[in-house]
Amino acid sequence: MVYIDDLIAEDIELYLKKHEEKEMLRFITCGSVDDGKSTLIGRMLYESHMLYDDHLSTLKKDSKQIGTQETGLDFALLVDGLSAEREQGITIDVAYRFFSTDKRKYIVADTPGHEEYTRNMATGSSTADVAIILVDARNGIMTQTRRHSFIVSMLGVKKIILAVNKLDLVNYSKQIYHEIVEEYTTFAKNALEIEEITSIPISALLGDNITSSSDNTTWYTGPTIMEYLETVKLEGKNFSNPFRMPVQWVNRPNLDFRGYCGMIASGKIEPGDKIRILPGGKNSTVKSILFDNKELEIATSGQSVTIILEDEIDVSRGNMIVSAENPSGEADQFQAHILWLSDDAMIPGRQYIFKSNSQIASLNLGKLKYQINVNSLNHVPAKDLKLNQIAVCNISLDKRIAFDPYKENKTTGGFIIIDKITNHTVGMGLIDFALRRSDNIHWQSIDITKEQRALQKSQSPKIIWFTGLSGSGKSSIANILEKKLHSMGRHTIILDGDNIRHGLNKDLGFTEADRVENIRRVGEVARLMVESGLICITAFISPFESERRMIRSLVSEKEFIEVYVDTPLEICEERDVKGLYAKARAGQLPNFTGISSPFEEPENPEIRIDTTKISPEAAADTIIQFLTKNHLT
Amino acid sequence: MDKRLDLSKQSQLNIFPVGVKYTTMYAKLMKHLEALEAEAIHIMREVVAEAENPVMLYSIGKDSSVMLHLAMKAFYPAKLPFPIMHIDTTWKFSEMIDFRDRTAEKLGLDLIVHINKKGQEMDINPFIHGSAKHTDIMKTEGLKQAIDKYQFDVAFGGARRDEEKSRAKERIFSFRSAQHRWDPKKQRPELWNIYNSFKNKGETIRVFPLSNWTELDIWQYIHLEKIPIVPLYFSKERPVVERNGALILVDDDRLPLEKGEKPMMKRVRFRTLGCYPLSGAVESQANTLPEIIQEMLLTTTSERQGRTIDFDSKSSMEKKKQEGYF
Repeated sequence: MVYIDDLIAEDIELYLKKHEEKEMLRFITCGSVDDGKSTLIGRMLYESHMLYDDHLSTLKKDSKQIGTQETGLDFALLVDGLSAEREQGITIDVAYRFFSTDKRKYIVADTPGHEEYTRNMATGSSTADVAIILVDARNGIMTQTRRHSFIVSMLGVKKIILAVNKLDLVNYSKQIYHEIVEEYTTFAKNALEIEEITSIPISALLGDNITSSSDNTTWYTGPTIMEYLETVKLEGKNFSNPFRMPVQWVNRPNLDFRGYCGMIASGKIEPGDKIRILPGGKNSTVKSILFDNKELEIATSGQSVTIILEDEIDVSRGNMIVSAENPSGEADQFQAHILWLSDDAMIPGRQYIFKSNSQIASLNLGKLKYQINVNSLNHVPAKDLKLNQIAVCNISLDKRIAFDPYKENKTTGGFIIIDKITNHTVGMGLIDFALRRSDNIHWQSIDITKEQRALQKSQSPKIIWFTGLSGSGKSSIANILEKKLHSMGRHTIILDGDNIRHGLNKDLGFTEADRVENIRRVGEVARLMVESGLICITAFISPFESERRMIRSLVSEKEFIEVYVDTPLEICEERDVKGLYAKARAGQLPNFTGISSPFEEPENPEIRIDTTKISPEAAADTIIQFLTKNHLT
Repeated sequence: MDKRLDLSKQSQLNIFPVGVKYTTMYAKLMKHLEALEAEAIHIMREVVAEAENPVMLYSIGKDSSVMLHLAMKAFYPAKLPFPIMHIDTTWKFSEMIDFRDRTAEKLGLDLIVHINKKGQEMDINPFIHGSAKHTDIMKTEGLKQAIDKYQFDVAFGGARRDEEKSRAKERIFSFRSAQHRWDPKKQRPELWNIYNSFKNKGETIRVFPLSNWTELDIWQYIHLEKIPIVPLYFSKERPVVERNGALILVDDDRLPLEKGEKPMMKRVRFRTLGCYPLSGAVESQANTLPEIIQEMLLTTTSERQGRTIDFDSKSSMEKKKQEGYF
C-alpha cells in the first residue's frame, strides 16, 4: 500500500489537506469462530501504520504471554479488548476500529461469529457499506457463513468481499479456493440480494493479498482486500432519492426563530423546495437551511441541518419532513421482518415500544406469518420468536407514522423494538410494506382546514356527546339544544340512535360486538362532521367508558363535550317511553343496559344533568351556558 | 431570518457553501470529518430531545473543546440547552482553570464546577495517596456525587473508541446502574442511528458523541475550525522536574520537591491534560497546530501513555469504567 506518510515530515499542511479530503467507509467483518476476523483487522491496523510503539510492545509481550501464535505476532490480541473475552479467546461483543489510508477513513465493526452473538453482527451490519465474510479455507462454507451472509443481505449491505482465509494452511490451493467461491456464489444467487460479490484468497496471519498481491497466489489477478476497499464505488450522496428528514428537535430560542433540526436521511433540499409534513400532510416551502450559523444553498443526505419553513405550521419531534412531490407513505399497520435480540422470547400479541428514527409508538406484534430458518433459509411456521431468530410478521401501531420500505430507505424503514418493562432493545425490524387497510394512503394534502371551515361559519366545531340510560332524556334534551343553537345561528347536526340504526348501521344488531361497531361508526361520522366545521350532537346510550374515551381521542381536546344525563334507573324504568324496560324485565331483550348489561358512569363528564332536578329546557340552557362560558360556541 | 447570523465566519468544512454548484459533487461520499460532525450533532440533538436533565461533562481538554464546539453548532442560534460540568479534582493545571472560566464566559455557558468536598476534607493528594486513590476519590467519586446531587439523567462525555481497547466496544449511549457501574455484558444493541434512551429507575446514561473520532480527527478538526484550546498543548519554556521518566510541571507550590530535585526550564508541551502531577509533559518545539499534528503523527508513543492511570494494572481502564470512571 502506498501511504502518504512521507508527507507528514515533508509537508504537514499538504498532508492535512489530503487527510481532510478523505471519504468515510464503514465495513463489517464476519464469519465463523476462528475464521480469523480479529487477525485480519489487527493486520490491517498494523499495515496501515496505525500502531504506536507502545501498542506494538504490548502486543509483543501479550503475544508471548497468552498468544496463540507460537512465533510472531498474534494480531487478534490487538483487537480483542475486554479481559473476559481475551481469556476465552473469542470476541464477545461488537467493537469498532479505525484506520485510514490515502483515500479513505475506515470504521470497522468487528463482530463475533458465535451464534449467540448474531445480534451484535446485525448491529454492525446496520451501518456498514461493505461486508467482509471470512471463510476458513480448510472448512469451506459453514452454516454460520450462510447465516451471516443472510443477515448482512437482509440489512441491506450491497457489497460483499468473500475472503477465503488461511490459504497458507491448504498450500495456497487454487482448486480449494475455486470450489469455495463457486459454492458461495451459487448460495448467494439463490438466497441473497447482493449487488456485488468479490472473492479474494488471503492469509490474514501471513499478510497474503491484504495490502499487496501475494506471490503465493500467482493464479489470482483480482484486487487485494485494501485495493478493493480503496476503490469500491458506493452509493454516496444520491440526489435522486426523494427527500426525507425526521425532525429530531425544534429549535425555538425566541419568538422570531423556529427551526426544525434533523439529519437528512435521503435526497437533497434547497430553499424554495416544496415539502410536506408527515404524519398529517400539511404542505409548506423551505425558506432557508441552516448549518451552524451559515445558510446553505443545498443540503444532502447525511448532513445534520436546521430547516426553516415559510409557514408557521405545527411540526414537532416525531414528524418527518418529506418531498411534497414524492412523499413517503403513512400507515399504522405493516408487514415487517423482525430479528429478535433478547434472551426473552418475543410473544405475539404483547405490547412493545416501536422506535423508528424519531418516531415512537406503541407496538402490537401480530401473529407470525413464518419464521426464516437462517441455516436452510426455509420458511417454517412459528408461534414465538427466540433470540437470534428471524420472522416475518404483521405489526400494528397505535398511531400512524411516516415510513418507506426498508429496501428503499434504511432510516425511514428500520425500527427497534423496546420492552416496556425492562426498557431493553429486544428486537429490530425492517418494514416491508404497509398493510392493505391503510396501505399507501398518501393523505391528500388538505389545503382548506377544519379551522378555515369553522371560521366560515363563525363557530367552533365539536361533538356534544350525550350518554345515559335508555329513557333518561338524552334525545329530548338534544333536540331542544339543537333548536337553541340553530336559533343562535350555529350550524348543527344531530345523530340519534334511532336515525343511525335505520340507515348507516342497519346491518348491525345488538350483540356486544355490533354495539361496539355501532358506536365506532358513530364516532367516525361525528369526527367527519367536526372536520367539516359543524357542531355535532349525538344521543346514544354508549354505556362503556372505553368507547367514549375512544371517541374523545378522535378529536382535539376541547372538541369533545361529554354530557351525562344522569337519571336513576327507577325513573327511566318508570317513564319507559318505548316500553323497552318492560320487555327487558320480561327477558325478551337480552343485553339491555341497566337490566342485563352494565352502564359505566362517566368519570369526568364535562356536564352532568340531573333530570330529577331540572327540566329538559333548563338542561339545554345549562349546556349553552357551559359552552358560552368556555368560549366553545 | 435571524438577524444575528454571522455569515463572515465561513467554515472550511462547509460541503456546499453558498455559490458552489453541487452538480460536480454528485455521488461523492461525505468527507469523513463532515460525516463525523453530522453524526455527533445528531447524537446531541437526540439527547436533548429525549433526556429529562442532561449535562455535558467538560474536562477542559481538547476532546471537550471539540465536543463543546459541536454542541454550539448543533443548537445554534439557541443557547446550549444544558449546563456543562467540570469535576474539579483541585489538582488541575491553573491554565486549565483560567481557560475553563474564560470559555464559559465567552460562550455564555451555564458552568457547574463540582469538587468532592469529602475528598477535599480528607486532603486527598496524589503525591501522598497515589494516583489511583486520588483519581478514584476526586474524579470518579466526585462525578458520581455530582450526578446524584443535580439528578442528571444523561451526561455527555468526550471519550473516543480509539483511545483504549475496552472503549472500542462501548456503545454511544452507555448505561450506568444506580450504583454508576458499567456492565459491558449487558449493553444494548445499537442499530442504525436509533438510540434507545428508555431508562430503568436510578439508571443514568453516558453519551459519547465523539465515539467514532480518532485523535487525528480531533486535531484536524480543531485546526480547520480554529477551536480554542488550552495553551498547555503548545510548546513553551516551562519549569519541570523529571520523575520516573516523566516530566512533571511545577504548576504550584504543592509539588513537593524531592531531595536534590530542582525545577529546570524546558521547552515542553502536553499531549493530554489531567491533574498536573499525573500528566507528563513531552519536550517539544511544536507551537502551531500543524506542528502538533506533525509531531503526533511522527511520534511513536500513543496518547494515553502520558497518563499514569492506565499503567496501574492490565485492563485497568475496563476496571475503572466498571467502577464508574469515564
